[in-house]
Amino acid sequence: MTDLGIGIESVETGGRGAFRMFLRNKAAVAGLVVFTFVVLVTIFGPGIYGVEAHKMAAGPFLGPGDDAGPLLGTDYLGRDILAGVITGGRTTLFVAAVAGAMAMGLGLVVGSLAGYFGGWVDALLMRFTEIFQAMPSLLFSLVLIYLLGPGTWKETLAIGITLWALPARLTRAEFLRLREMEFVKASRAIGCSDLRIMTRTILPNAMPPLLVAATLLVVIAVLFHAGLAFLGMVDINTISWGSIMGKNKGYALTAWWTVAFPGLAIVTTGLSIALIGDGLQDAFNPKLRGR
Amino acid sequence: MTALARSIGIRLGQAIGLLLAVVVIVFLLVQLAPGDAALYLAGEQGVGDPEFLAKIRADYGLDQPLLVQLGTYIGNVAQLDLGESTYFGEPVLGLILDRLLATVALAGAALLFAVIIGVALGVFTARRPESPASHGVTVMSLVGFATPVFWLSLMFIVVFAAKWGVLPVGGIEDVRYEGGWFGETVDFFQHLVLPAVSLGIIYLAIYSRLARASMLEVLESDYIRTARAKGAHERVVVYKHALRNGIIPVVTAAGLQIGNLLSGALLVEFVFAWPGIGRLMITSIFRRDSPMVVGIVIFSAAMVILANLLTDFVYRLIDPRIRVGGSR
Repeated sequence: MTDLGIGIESVETGGRGAFRMFLRNKAAVAGLVVFTFVVLVTIFGPGIYGVEAHKMAAGPFLGPGDDAGPLLGTDYLGRDILAGVITGGRTTLFVAAVAGAMAMGLGLVVGSLAGYFGGWVDALLMRFTEIFQAMPSLLFSLVLIYLLGPGTWKETLAIGITLWALPARLTRAEFLRLREMEFVKASRAIGCSDLRIMTRTILPNAMPPLLVAATLLVVIAVLFHAGLAFLGMVDINTISWGSIMGKNKGYALTAWWTVAFPGLAIVTTGLSIALIGDGLQDAFNPKLRGR
Repeated sequence: MTALARSIGIRLGQAIGLLLAVVVIVFLLVQLAPGDAALYLAGEQGVGDPEFLAKIRADYGLDQPLLVQLGTYIGNVAQLDLGESTYFGEPVLGLILDRLLATVALAGAALLFAVIIGVALGVFTARRPESPASHGVTVMSLVGFATPVFWLSLMFIVVFAAKWGVLPVGGIEDVRYEGGWFGETVDFFQHLVLPAVSLGIIYLAIYSRLARASMLEVLESDYIRTARAKGAHERVVVYKHALRNGIIPVVTAAGLQIGNLLSGALLVEFVFAWPGIGRLMITSIFRRDSPMVVGIVIFSAAMVILANLLTDFVYRLIDPRIRVGGSR
C-alpha cells in the first residue's frame, strides 16, 4: 500500500488489531495449529511413516490395535489404513485448494464487475450466476466429470466451476455497498481508472468477508472431492480419504475402522479450516462475536 | 391485489426463463464435451462403417446445425420429453417420476427435522446467549458444516444397524411386511429414520446457529422492547412477535439450499440404497446413460427453481414488506 501519510495509520492498526483479535481467539488458534499439522502430515507423513498406502501391509480386516497389524488396522485387501489416511490428504487438499482458488477467482471477477458497473452488466451477470445456482452443485460436478472424464485436473475444474456462484454474489454485494462510499467517490474525482478503483480502492476494503468466504469454500471443496471420490467418480488410481471410504463401504458393517478413520481425517481438517474462518469472522467483525 | 398478481407473474416468468437457460447451458456442455455420440452409438451396436454412421446421424438429427438441434431439444423439454434412457429403453421423465416420491420423502423429512429442531434450539439459546447450550450450538454448527454426510450415514449404520440392530441397514422396505397396510407404513418410516436424520443433522447444525443469530438480533430491536414495555407476556413476545421475524433467515436459507439438500440426498441415497433420484443418477453415470444423466440434472434444476419460487411466496406470507424487485 502506498504511503499517504494520514489515515494509513488507522488502516494498519485495523489490520493488526484484527490479527491480535484472531490470536486471542483460542478456538481459532487451535484450528490454525491443527490445520498446519494436517498440512505437514500430508507433505512429510508418507515419507516418515514409510508404508505404501496401496500395497498389502498385513492380513485383511485386522482391527485397530490388533497385535499382528498396523495401528489403525487394515482393509479388505490388507492395506494399512493409517498409511491411507496419511497419504489420502494429498489429493484432497490439493484439489480443494486449487478448486477453492478457482471458484474464488471466478467469483471475484464476475461479482466485482456486476457490483461496480451495475445496470445491465449487473443484470446480465447475475442472471448468468443464477443458472449455476439452479443446478444442485454435486449433480452438476458429477455431470462435468461424466463429460470430461476422471483425472485430478478435470476433477478440480469440475468442482471449481460449480462453486463460484457463492463468492460472486458476496463480492457483488460488497462492491455495491462500497462503490457509493466517500473514499471511492474521491478516487473517481481525482481521475483513477475503473480498474484501479476496483482493484486498489474497493477490493482491499471488501477483503474481510471474502477471506471468510474463501475458508468456507475450501471446506466445501474438501467435502465435494471426498464425496466424488466416495462415489467412485474420480481417478481410481489416486488414494484419497473419500476413495478409501468408497472402496470399503461394503465392509463397513464389520470393519468399521476402514471408514471411520478416513472420515475423521476429513472432519478434523474441515473443522480446523472452519475454526480459522470463524476466528477471522470474529476478528474482522467483533460485533458478531458469539453469533 | 393486481400488483400482487403482477409480481407473481413476473417471478413465474423469471423462473421459466431461468429453466430455459439451464437447458441451453446443459445442452451446450454436452456438445462441448469430447466424443462423438454417433460413434458411441455405432460402437454400442458393433457396426462401424460410414453409411451406418450417416444413418445414425440422420436418425438422431445429429447432422442438423447446432441451433436446430438446440431448438428441437428445447421443444421436446417444453413438451416434458426428456428423451429415452439408453439403459431402460423407457422415457427419462417417467423413470425420474417413479423415484421422485422416495427422494422428496427423504429430503422433506430431513428438512422438517432440521428446521423445526434448529429453530427450537435457536430460540432456546438466543434467550441464554452465554449458556453451555449456546456454546454447544456454535461448536455443533462448525462440526456439522465440516462433516461429510456420507460418513455420518456410514457411522449411523455401523452403530444403529450393525452394532445395536435397532434400525434397518438400508433400502426402503422389508419384504416381511408385504402384507398389511399399517405394517408397511411403519416399515417405511423405520427405513426412513436413519437416512433422514443423517441428512437432517448437517442442516440442523447450520439452522440452529442461524436461528440463534437472527433471534438475538430481533430480540434487541425496538418493537420487542415496546412489546415488553406494554406488558406482553414473555412467551407472547418471543413466540409471537420475535419468532415471526427471526425465522425469515432460516426460511431463506432452507429455500436457497434445496439444491445442496438434493446434493446431500444423493450421497445419502447411495449409502442407504434408498431408491431415489440421486441413486438413479449414480447408476446412470456408471451405465453411461447420457439422456438419463442430463434429464436428472435438468429435472433437479427445475425442482430447485420451483423451491425458490415457493420460498418467495412463503416470504410474502410471513413478511408483507418483501416485494419483487426490492433489495435482497
